[in-house]
Amino acid sequence: MRTGKDRLLAGLMLAPSLILLAIFVYGFIGQTISVSLTDWGQGASLAVRPEVHFVGLENYRQLFTGILDIRFRQDLVNMVFFTLFFVVLCLGVGLLLASLLDRPLKGEGFFRTVFLFPMALSFVVTGTIWRWMLQPRGGVNVLPTLVGLPRLEFLWTTSRDQVLQFNWQWVPGALLLTAGLVLFLLGIRAWRRGERRRAGLLAFPGAVVSLIVVLGNPGGWSGLPFAEPHGFNLAMIGIVLAAAWQMSGYTMALYLAGLRAIPGELKEAAEVDGATPLQVYRYVQLPLLKPITLSAVVILGHIALKIFDLIFAMTGPDNAVTSVPAILMYLTTFRGNQFAKGASIATLLLLLVSGLIIPYIVSSLRKGEED
Amino acid sequence: MSRGVPPSTNLAANLGEARRVRRAGRVALYGVLVLLAIIYLMPVYMAIITSLKDPAAIRLSTAWELPDPVSWEGYRTALREFAPKLRNSFVLAVSATLLSALLGSMNGYVLSKWRLPGERYIFPLIVFGMFIPYQSILIPLFQFLRSINLYGGIPGLVLVHVVYGLPITTLLFRNFYAEIPDEMIQASSIDGAGFFGIYRWIILPLSVPAFVVVIIWQFTQIWNEFLFAVTLAQPGSQPITVALANLAGGNAVQWNMPMAGSILAALPTVLIYIFLGRYFIRGMLAGSLKG
Repeated sequence: MRTGKDRLLAGLMLAPSLILLAIFVYGFIGQTISVSLTDWGQGASLAVRPEVHFVGLENYRQLFTGILDIRFRQDLVNMVFFTLFFVVLCLGVGLLLASLLDRPLKGEGFFRTVFLFPMALSFVVTGTIWRWMLQPRGGVNVLPTLVGLPRLEFLWTTSRDQVLQFNWQWVPGALLLTAGLVLFLLGIRAWRRGERRRAGLLAFPGAVVSLIVVLGNPGGWSGLPFAEPHGFNLAMIGIVLAAAWQMSGYTMALYLAGLRAIPGELKEAAEVDGATPLQVYRYVQLPLLKPITLSAVVILGHIALKIFDLIFAMTGPDNAVTSVPAILMYLTTFRGNQFAKGASIATLLLLLVSGLIIPYIVSSLRKGEED
Repeated sequence: MSRGVPPSTNLAANLGEARRVRRAGRVALYGVLVLLAIIYLMPVYMAIITSLKDPAAIRLSTAWELPDPVSWEGYRTALREFAPKLRNSFVLAVSATLLSALLGSMNGYVLSKWRLPGERYIFPLIVFGMFIPYQSILIPLFQFLRSINLYGGIPGLVLVHVVYGLPITTLLFRNFYAEIPDEMIQASSIDGAGFFGIYRWIILPLSVPAFVVVIIWQFTQIWNEFLFAVTLAQPGSQPITVALANLAGGNAVQWNMPMAGSILAALPTVLIYIFLGRYFIRGMLAGSLKG
């Protein structure tokens, strides 16, 4: 039988990896957070024993309200829009490709390979090639001339145009109001299901928060003295296209695996009931793909929040209109030597990614245990 | 399910019509697929033709035209400049892949076949490490490598890739070993096999497919990686991705050379994908925790 000695050996063999991860992941995260609470930067930052002081949340306050850190706020907005459009495009294209390929087809392997191979590339390679594809006076912009149409003039990665503008001063209020309304609606739903206690716990705070926002003066909560417009930089479109070119094959593969896993009897039963192929697709197949969509959103979403290599290779780190916090962290830390501020940006990035990933890990592993 | 479906009468009369519709549907299906494939291959076409053009012949307005005459100048320059960087990438990717695969295999064995206290919490904490934005550990990592004199060189990068590769390799191996029936382990431990005996004689011989998946996945990831490479490597030990990104960063470059460089940088992983795509996809799907 398996003895205590063997169990001890098992623990000893796992220990080195655990110690390494404990230091390199959790220890370093802790250190980054504590650096973000100091004023370590500039001047003597590269000294072996730099003089640093604890400043609390000052770096975070500057990032969100400091006039000099306006670029951080626009980078955050760029990241949110990029994530949104990139995820939606990948889901849509991936679902389309998978639906087309999920039928008896000659050359299916060829098409699948073509749609999926960009996944094997480095974001740096993709970025380099797309940088050439999206040159203002060449590449995609001259494609229409091949069929006699006029050339496009769009500046794919350098356009300074901005749409969907909003005033940053309203962001805290809008976020709170959304949270309040979501809580309230969840409460209503719980009420309808007869879970009265839960309904009260959700709807009441939701209503209070929403009322405070509506009756209060949310414009003043941002800490910004002046109106500050931010919006979707059209230059991000080029980045979204290149990223979706590379990653839509991933959603295709996920959806295709999902479609193939649907038992044939389900489809046949619906067909016997007289459903048209379109109805089988809409009412039988699509609903069964929901869990796949959820995990694709999490995986693609966290890739989008972290996007760095692609933008670096496509536009270089200095193209402010296509910058995101991951790039700004690199510039702030390794070029500006402002270690504390870089650490604050990194910490915020980690918080965003964790908000997406931790619930996902917990629910995936719990599901795994039940199987 | 029969919502709004017309009663299927007159079946025979409709059969010919139905066949014609289906035929048209198939033509449309292939048409759409071919069109999409062309769109997906456009960047590849563009990279190949540009890489084969004479620098003087590259003009934005004729970017889509085939090279005439074909010039290998771009590849000659790219090979000359990139050969050391490709070698760096290769040394880095191979050594870090093998080390993280070996460690991952041992971890997976322990976590799937040996009940340890606190295991329920250990595994999610390990897995979390593969999702974090590496910016959030970069500053302490940078300092740490400097303090142990590993900053700037390939050994330091190997260490970094081995450590941050542990979560995914452990996950892949654990999921794979979970499928090996516990009865086999029990039987051999009755025969007197201990911790290492079971690993050597039962687990390892069954591990070949898992090693193939893990090695392919890790090699591709490390070969393609950029953030660690650009922050932790000094010029002499830079991997290919950094060299390529720096090249495209300059504005007055001749485009045949970056395109040739891109193709050289992409070749190893694309070849792996084309010939071992099945294993590549398995690694990719496992990365979304659905092993």
